[in-house]
Amino acid sequence: MASSPRKPGFVPLTLLFALFLIFLYGPTLTIGILSFQGPNGGLTFPLNGVSLHWFRQLFEQQQVGDFGGSLLRSLLLGMSVMLCTTVFSLLAGLAYRRNFRGANCLFYLTLVSLILPSILISLGIGIMFDRLNLAPGWYSSAFGAHLTWTLPFGLLIMFAVFNRFNKAYEAAAIDMGATPWQAFRLVVLPLILPSLIGVGLFGFTLSYDEFARTLMTAGTFNTLPLEIYGMTTNVTTPVLYALGTLTTLFSFTLVLLALLGMHLVQRRRGAATTG
Amino acid sequence: MRSLAHNPSYLQVTPLALVILLFLLFPVLTILVVSFWDFNAYQLIPDFIFENYQFLLTSDVTLKAYLKTFFYAFTTWAITLGLGFTLAYYLAFYIRSPLLQSVLFVLCTVPFLTSNIIRMISWMPLLGRNGMINSALQQLELIDAPIEWLLYSDFAVVLAFVHLYALFMVVPIFNSMMRIDRNLMEASMDAGASALQTVFQVVVPLCKSGIAIGSIFVVTLVMGDFITVRLMSGGLSASVGVLIHNEISLLQYPAAAAGAIVLLLTVLLMLSILFRFINIKKEL
Repeated sequence: MASSPRKPGFVPLTLLFALFLIFLYGPTLTIGILSFQGPNGGLTFPLNGVSLHWFRQLFEQQQVGDFGGSLLRSLLLGMSVMLCTTVFSLLAGLAYRRNFRGANCLFYLTLVSLILPSILISLGIGIMFDRLNLAPGWYSSAFGAHLTWTLPFGLLIMFAVFNRFNKAYEAAAIDMGATPWQAFRLVVLPLILPSLIGVGLFGFTLSYDEFARTLMTAGTFNTLPLEIYGMTTNVTTPVLYALGTLTTLFSFTLVLLALLGMHLVQRRRGAATTG
Repeated sequence: MRSLAHNPSYLQVTPLALVILLFLLFPVLTILVVSFWDFNAYQLIPDFIFENYQFLLTSDVTLKAYLKTFFYAFTTWAITLGLGFTLAYYLAFYIRSPLLQSVLFVLCTVPFLTSNIIRMISWMPLLGRNGMINSALQQLELIDAPIEWLLYSDFAVVLAFVHLYALFMVVPIFNSMMRIDRNLMEASMDAGASALQTVFQVVVPLCKSGIAIGSIFVVTLVMGDFITVRLMSGGLSASVGVLIHNEISLLQYPAAAAGAIVLLLTVLLMLSILFRFINIKKEL
């Protein structure tokens, strides 16, 4: 890179980019540091000693409401949404490789689902369940509400994948006598696996962090974002930061694992083609 | 209908179609119907009245909330567009190593996958009255008294919006830029255009759809938001979403529904302008 002369404007743009990264990560780092605040420390600097006090507080039920329960619900919900998003998007992506009636209509509705204000979905599903005399629950109404947010992302990713997909591989497999199922399982699926991991990651994290669409659809028991929101109004200790730090770390770990997974799949494929 | 049996697409698309039908179309229809209902303190009363709309459309509160929301949407849009375009431009045309490019791109993307509420909260220790910025400025003796408008103000709201949604501009614009044939830019420079002229007369027109997609995301996210406005303005400012949310909290569902329908129409109107610039399917 150093061999060719820099374009004009390289330095100020690099500086801007670096500042943007600080802007992006700085606040998160700040609460990360503040969550190690000593037992007598407050919500801002200076640090009053260093301790794990607030992380311990987090797991004492009376302190911060139902942290454990809401975390468990969010994890279960996130995983179900991830599973359904991956499978449904893959199926829909496959469907859109052929023409079918209503294809355009469904595509535009899916886009609408993506850009409709979340509060509308939340309110709509909330009232609908109310009118149908169904009790809303995080596993039913909130689950559906989350899918309206994750599926459009999944479908768009699948579109991008299949637009770049070389059909020759599949055709070759069929020519060599593979059944359509074999061609899918042994040729198509391995090729698109990295993108599917991406869809799954999106499905999980978008659901795990979703607030607005859960607000009116979660029913009696809170998911984690609802619990955190509740805490912003009545908790005035760094325990809030400890919670933030934990969930952020958790999300970062997931992203890293997914990236690692994609990398491994790609490397294995590279090894398979050269070896 | 012969095709139904022979085309597996119908079966494959069923789960998606069902989710859209049950959790998108039905709920929106429910809102539409309920927005014409009557209500009292205890229950919803099926009816066909226009009072919810009448009240909504003649109230000063609504007007103020819409003006505020447009202000947030426009300011956030302008800032994220400028910032997003510049950052995408840097990533696309200044970083030559594909590996570094992916790493920087991922760095920009990861915060999007973490909790929005946590990201908002994390501004509090920085912006508060006794926060880091105020204490730093005071220690440097640049100011005598803490700046009050850093937190719980329009400034804080827009800052949080930019922080949360800048990514939605960067990604589609970057995506558009990566498809630009580099020869076009060289040709422009060879023909005597300055770097800035090349940016505005070659790159910007070619990124039109990326810009439009980013704008659609940012505008709709800000228009429908209530949590950012509520948290970052400390309840001092009311956007359209906040009004709807307040009515929901008071269980005035028909009023909230009418508010939601008007919001929906407003957003659709704004989108119909933006969608003229793009063909979504070509973008993927």
